[in-house]
This record gives sequence, structure tokens and C-alpha cells, in this order.
Amino acid sequence: MTDATATTAGYDAAEEFLDRQSPIQRLQGILHAYPWLSPAVVLVIALIIFSSITSLFAQPGNLGTITQQTAVTATLALGQTLIILTAGIDLSCGAVMVFSSMVMAKLAFDQGVAGLPALFLGILVGGIAGLINGLLVTRVNLPPFIVTLGTLGIFTSLTLLYATGRTVRNRELADELKWLGKPVLLPGGFTITYGVLVMIALYLVFAYVLRYTAWGTHVYAVGDDPDAARLAGIQVNRVLLSVYATAGVIFGIAGWVLIGRVNAASPNSGIDANLDSITAVVIGGTSLFGGRGRVFGTLIGALIVGVVDNGLSVAGLDEAYKRLAIGTLIIVAVTADQWIRRARA
Amino acid sequence: MTETTTTTTGGGTSTVQPVLEGRGLVKTYGRVVALDGADFALYPGEVLAVIGDNGAGKSTLIKALSGAEIPDTGEMFLDGQQVSFKRPNEARAMGIETVYQTLAVAPALDIATNMYLGREIRKTGPLGSVLRMLDGAGMRKAAKAQMTELGIGTLQNMAQAVETLSGGQRQAVSVARAAAFGSRVIILDEPTAALGVRESAQVLRLIQNLRERGMPVILISHNMPQVFEVADRIHVQRLGKRAAVITPKSVSITDVVAIMTGALQVPAEDQTLGPVR
Repeated sequence: MTDATATTAGYDAAEEFLDRQSPIQRLQGILHAYPWLSPAVVLVIALIIFSSITSLFAQPGNLGTITQQTAVTATLALGQTLIILTAGIDLSCGAVMVFSSMVMAKLAFDQGVAGLPALFLGILVGGIAGLINGLLVTRVNLPPFIVTLGTLGIFTSLTLLYATGRTVRNRELADELKWLGKPVLLPGGFTITYGVLVMIALYLVFAYVLRYTAWGTHVYAVGDDPDAARLAGIQVNRVLLSVYATAGVIFGIAGWVLIGRVNAASPNSGIDANLDSITAVVIGGTSLFGGRGRVFGTLIGALIVGVVDNGLSVAGLDEAYKRLAIGTLIIVAVTADQWIRRARA
Repeated sequence: MTETTTTTTGGGTSTVQPVLEGRGLVKTYGRVVALDGADFALYPGEVLAVIGDNGAGKSTLIKALSGAEIPDTGEMFLDGQQVSFKRPNEARAMGIETVYQTLAVAPALDIATNMYLGREIRKTGPLGSVLRMLDGAGMRKAAKAQMTELGIGTLQNMAQAVETLSGGQRQAVSVARAAAFGSRVIILDEPTAALGVRESAQVLRLIQNLRERGMPVILISHNMPQVFEVADRIHVQRLGKRAAVITPKSVSITDVVAIMTGALQVPAEDQTLGPVR
């Protein structure tokens, strides 16, 4: 990494790591610098495998379907990435998403609120839920795992109580809430939805924010080394609080994407969504120890899950293989992360 | 006996104003008296070492001066102006920077990002003001210039992650950060405690570079040979008070240790000592 010219002033400690780099160490260094690289390779391999198993898989129509199937998990996983970058975790994200979607749907259907304000209020509820998680983490000093395990139960039961066990069906939904389910035809026969576009837009926004703003830098710093961040004058708790609240808003938007995807708002949907989102983040190369990872890695991670899921069913293989494959991938990804974290160029 | 503990100028006749001064600082934690009316004075352009046994109150003294603790009573002056810091950021805003022993850099972030952490520079124009875009290239360039100025030649690539650096180089990043923003005083709190011999030497050289640039430095250290190597004056803290201020040239390590432990007493009139230069 250091230039060969770096031998001035007697600070020759750098020489220590100029020469002794084996190819494996170099690979370690590259993966360390580009954490999304290994998931990208896995995605390409998965695409190749399924394309060779069945010709149905690589059809434009099917590939468009995969993006639609991935949109909800990918949106959730974006918020999850923010939280995991701070060395936290959110088990309640799926519950927050469903809660938000129920609030939107019922406000518009039962309370007669207009579609757009109902949508806005639903997303706001997601933000408040995230804020509650953040306050418990920063003010009460509880571990994020425990906080969100608790709020997972709380938000789930609130959703059930609020919905009184009833699904708001397609024809009962306000038009604005169904907007993200509308198809967008792309050249070449690909069909995606507005929900996919919203998901991609969110990724672009947060890729920019994390990479190019002070807030993004602080998110990485807080996850990487909270003490160093504090000593540098960063208000660690304020950053954490803003991360949980922002993630809550993203989960609320995921609730909107969810309605578009399933054409209904059901209190029973999104059961495993929290674990799916964590899976996407981890497979995407973001470290559970915080401070390391990229949102595009998460997007790739979500696509890997989507491709494996879809590919197995298109190929007519048993659904059980999906869990086997994804479970193995999780373990491989975290093992790789441990190994990459030890890289000292 | 007292002869060995006076400085070259001695007495209170100097007209040079201290850069940073503390008078009668008291800080208690419950029944523990950490600072018991401690005085402190740092003069322009000097490296002042602060030494003392464990529990002598040196870290509390430094915390008060850097804003990490609020003294119960006593006054502090920065360039003659009375100041009081409620948090480290306030001291920092007034040009007092602290380097900690714990290698306070975020390992996964690169050198330039660490140097500007918490004080990022935005791009000019709408990219910066509306989109809040950081000026990454500008910060890397400035970081590089700062490194060159301090003679840290081995660090060429400012986009290099800090975790790829040796301990000495990481501490060099901390010192460069302090030097970049510390306009008045740089406090180094046991900067070599976590380092090996060779890496410690690098940091000591950095301290000498800082002095050559006229930056007043406070160095807290346990390491007597290091202190005698770089310090212009030595502030000996004992039992919450300043026991003596001495110059390394006129006093032996043995005598300093004797003052630290209380085996050698210094008369009160010798404790108000002026600057060396």
C-alpha cells in the first residue's frame, strides 16, 4: 500500500510491511478494501449456475420478477445496514415495516384519511419506532439485540391489536398506497415495479450519504471505534439515535413497498423479514462488528438471496435447498469477514 | 539542596505570560482529593513534562486543562484570558488539542478521514452547502501537507486505512491531527505508553519537531529518560499539588524521583518559577 518512495526521515517502520506480502495476503488486502467484491462474485456464480440448470431462469421476465421479489427485503436491509455499520442490530425491522404498512392502510381505509397523508403518517410511525429503539440503546444503555428483541414483540403485538387481525385487501387500499406495485416496462422485456425504483433510489441516496457526507463518516467511525470517535469530538449517542430513527423511516418506506408487492396490508406478513434483512447485510460483506461495509454489498446480498430462492423454484428443486444454501452462505460470509478483518495489508 | 531544584531564571521576575496557566485547582471525587490547590504554567514554545507518581493528580490536572473534567475551584487562563471548559470540545475550540495514549484513531478509516474526523471540510459551492458533500481530495491534500511539515515521510498515501499502520505511525497520525488543529497548546497524554522503543523514538522526534515550530507542548509521561530527553522543564506533581518545576539540565533523575516520592522537599518560594527562555 505504501509507495516504494516512502523511506525518508528515518521513519522506516513502513519497510516492515513493504516486502512481506504473499499473494494470499494481497487477496486479503483487496477484499478488505472492497468488501462487496466477494458477494459480487457469489452473485455471478449463482446466476451462471441457475442459467445452466434451466433456460427459464435467465429469461428477462424472470429476472425482472427477481428484482420485484427482492425489493422489500432489499429496502429493509438498507436500514439494517445503517444499524449494523454502528455495530448494532435490529430484530424489530420487519415488525416496524408491517406496523407502518398497517397504519397507512387502515388510516386510509377506516379513518378516511387521504392516501398521501396516510402514507406520510405510516412512514412517520416507522421513524418513531426507530427513535424508540435508538433512545433505548443510547439513553438506557441496553444492547441493541435486547432492545430490538423486546420491541420486535411489542411492535408485532401492537400491529395485531391495531389491525384486529384483519387484512386490508387490494380493493380497499388507497390508490397512493398501491402505486409501488405498478409495473414499469424496461426495454428488452424486463418488467420491474415502481417499488423496485424506490428501492434503488434509496440505495443511491444512502450510498452517497455514507460515502460523501460528514454524517456518513461519523456512522462508520462510531461503529469502528466509538471511543476514538468520542475523543475526536463526535457525539456518539446523537449519531446512534439518528441512525436508528433514519433506519425506522426506511422500514416505514419498506412497508409501502410491501403493500405494493403483496397488494394488501396484512398483519401476518413479514414474519422472517428481520432475519432475511440481516442475511442480506451479512452476505453482502458488511461486518457485524461495525464500521465496515457498503450498501451496494447489501443490495448484492439481497439479490443473492432472491436469485437462490427464485432459481431453485424455477428449476423445480426443493425449497429446503434454499435454506441450506443461504445458511451455508451466511457462515461462509462471516468466516470470510473474520479472516478479512485480520488483514493488515 | 534547593540549589538543585531551581531553574535557570527562577523567581517571579519574568514578564513572559504563560500560554496556559492554572491557579489553585481543586478537584475531589467523593472523599478522594485528586487536586489540592494545584498550580500549573506552560510558557510559549516550551515542552513541559508533567510527571508524578500514580495518584499524584497528574491525569486529573491534564483532564482539567483539556476540558475532560471541571475543577471544583481554581482558575485557568489561556493567553492571560480566564477560561473554563465544560467539555473537551470547548478546550479544542480554543486551540488546545490532546493526543491520548490509547491510539485514539478509528482503524478502518483512512489517514485523512481520521485527521479530519469530527471536523470534516465540505466542498465549496452548492455541492457542499446543499448536498453537504465533503472535500475528500482537499482533506487528503491538507493531511499530506501536514505530514510533510512534521517530517512524517513514510506516510505517503492518505487514503490508506489506519489499521495498516504500525503503532508509531498511528500515533503520528494522532499527533499530526493535534498539530493541524491545535493552534495554541498540544497535550500529549502518555503518547508512547503503548509503543515499542523504536516507535517511541519516532514520537519523541515528532515532539521535537513541534517545539521547533514554536508549538507549546505538555507531555505527560512515566518514562524518565524520555522526559529528560525532550522536556525543557519538568512539572513534578505530588499529592495533588505542584511539588516543583525543574529543568532537566540542572537536576538528576534520582533527585526528580526523590521529589516525586516526597523524599526531597522543595521550599515553597522555589515553586513559582519562570520560563526557561
